[in-house]
Amino acid sequence: MMEQLATLAQLFMDFATASLLAIGGGSAALPELHKIVVTETHWLSDRQFKDIYSLGQISPGPNMTMVAVIGMHVAGWAGALVTLIAFFVPSSLLAVGANRLWRRLEPWPWLEAIRQGLAPVAIGLLIAGVWLLARIAIEGVPTLTIAIVATAILLAWRVNPRWLIVAGASVRWLVSG
Amino acid sequence: MSKRSGAASPSLLQVARVFAVLGTTSFGGGVVAYLRGALVEREGWFDDQEFVRLLELGQTLPGLNSVNLAVMAGDQVRGAPGAVVAGLAMTLPGVAFVLSLGALYAPYAHALWMTAMLGGAAAAAVGLLLATALRLGRAQFGRPLDLAILLITAFAVGELRLPLLWVVPVVGAVAIWLYRPRRRGTDTQDVGTAP
Repeated sequence: MMEQLATLAQLFMDFATASLLAIGGGSAALPELHKIVVTETHWLSDRQFKDIYSLGQISPGPNMTMVAVIGMHVAGWAGALVTLIAFFVPSSLLAVGANRLWRRLEPWPWLEAIRQGLAPVAIGLLIAGVWLLARIAIEGVPTLTIAIVATAILLAWRVNPRWLIVAGASVRWLVSG
Repeated sequence: MSKRSGAASPSLLQVARVFAVLGTTSFGGGVVAYLRGALVEREGWFDDQEFVRLLELGQTLPGLNSVNLAVMAGDQVRGAPGAVVAGLAMTLPGVAFVLSLGALYAPYAHALWMTAMLGGAAAAAVGLLLATALRLGRAQFGRPLDLAILLITAFAVGELRLPLLWVVPVVGAVAIWLYRPRRRGTDTQDVGTAP
């Protein structure tokens, strides 16, 4: 019981921290989440982490709802609930608060500095996420090819990314067979 | 810019319906486009200018852009209850979907076909994330200062695996300072001076 509560408290702290520091969107939190649940706690293996991220990619709605699956894996339904609350609620409160203060924030000259300064940090976090995921997911020629082709298609055309994910899964399955 | 512009006041039920549809039909990087289509074009709750303002604010703040946008929009049309309803309606369909997938996945986690398919999906996801980063970062890649900040952040987090808890505050503070407001002769305005 105490152990369960300690796990839930740790899940909450870690996921809330990752969410609040991941400026630039959910995937920016990927390296931090991986560090917490794979490297430090060994709650998940590299494979499981990558698999769960992939499940999230074929699910509708906002990115990163897959944190619920991690929470579920670590501590059942309570874990799923705690990771969701930690990942989505504090950042949402911050967003609503900032929006309500907007008229007071807008004339503040540092606002533009914050926007300009944090933009490259956000992209850097995304690149770190790509790097991390690539290290786990690129295992040979077939996966490397899929990743390169997917990047090229997405940069060239407006396609629903979900179908690319499904296509990647199908191609890899066919090649393995 | 006037807040609560457009005088749109949909009911909570309408807020729930609009965001539940978005939460069910939108995908990954495209969520923002879906949001614009619904909130600006179909429902007319915001004009384009107001939508862009919300979008930019949502992108600057931590958390997911799409969820930030949803709760801010819900708050603006319907106050705190609107924010709660919008946030829940936006995320719960995806949560239910991904948890179901997770339950289906668990018993077959070690099956060869499952390994192959999710391996392919993850590889495509690498491409998706890379394309997103390249597209969002177009402006930053072209500016040496931004590129340096970007690479330092990526290296510290991705390769050195340093904790975000100090990479983001330290690199972020330096980056903001480098872009600090400059005025000839006078010092910069301080925080609390706005009316």
